[in-house]
Amino acid sequence: MVVAALGLLFARKAVHAALCLAVVMISLAVLYAAQGAPFLFAVQIIVYTGAIMMLFLFVLMLVGIDASDSLKETIKGQRLAATVVGLLFGVTAVLALGQTVTGTVVGLREANQHGNPYGLAELLFGPYVLAFEFTSALLITAALGAMVLAHRERLGRRITQAETAERRMREYAETGRHPGNPPTPGVYARHNAVDTPALLPDGTPAEDSVSDTVRSRGQEVPPGASPLPTAGDARREEDGDD
Amino acid sequence: MTEYLTLSLILFTIGAVGVLVRRNAIVVFMCIELMLNATNLAFVSFARQNGNLDGQVAAFFVMVVAAAEVVVGLAIIVSIYRTRRSASVDDANLLRG
Repeated sequence: MVVAALGLLFARKAVHAALCLAVVMISLAVLYAAQGAPFLFAVQIIVYTGAIMMLFLFVLMLVGIDASDSLKETIKGQRLAATVVGLLFGVTAVLALGQTVTGTVVGLREANQHGNPYGLAELLFGPYVLAFEFTSALLITAALGAMVLAHRERLGRRITQAETAERRMREYAETGRHPGNPPTPGVYARHNAVDTPALLPDGTPAEDSVSDTVRSRGQEVPPGASPLPTAGDARREEDGDD
Repeated sequence: MTEYLTLSLILFTIGAVGVLVRRNAIVVFMCIELMLNATNLAFVSFARQNGNLDGQVAAFFVMVVAAAEVVVGLAIIVSIYRTRRSASVDDANLLRG
């Protein structure tokens, strides 16, 4: 569990950190169950590993899954100082904990005698009912706030299909660009993914056939590394079957 | 009992160091979640020690507040990312759109 938490510190990619955090949360749920809190066990799994981690992964997909952390320090020595301070805090706290006398563990047998959710409900709707009502207000505010923050006004007018067709014909008249679909990516015996450009009759790759998204991510197979089998490949395959 | 509290402290420390060290805003958020979870573990442990369920109710409220906080925080991160094309906390040092 501590190893998974450390993975949160050292994972280069945010997705790996998220998975490490999910492991930590599920282990925490098990610890809750071991400590006489079956309701919190269920809530931890449903709310944390279910909802919150899914939200994190969703935002990671939105923001870009390749976005990894930069190792560049903006404040000089900040990383080292933060680690030292954190270690100092941890050591001090653990030592202080070792000095304290925690007394005997009473256990929850009596409090849980009608069942753990029953006892929790008695507290929630008894002494804590005001806090419970405030919680509902907080949740509504948070939902509204998230909607307002994530909302985006449409900046331009929506482009209709007729306008698209007209623009294509105008481009054809002015620049000679073909109004139909761009060529499909290459389909070969060894490689038929969308990152491979199609080859024109003279052997040069057709630039139009690869999606701009693939190209901007730098995932395009460069024209030099032709996916077509060459004579050298065939010879290597014959030799290398041992 | 002491083992649970020690584990909680270790997790809290890891979360705190993560907040200070990591540069990706989403990972910083996850470290905050780790700290909240560590305090929850301490709450549940103390509830068992003292033999009443108040600690568990507190942990439950922490979970609810954490859920609300994550929703708003992630919405902020998404809107910052839209204007800056970056989720690094270093790039968001200027408070202007």
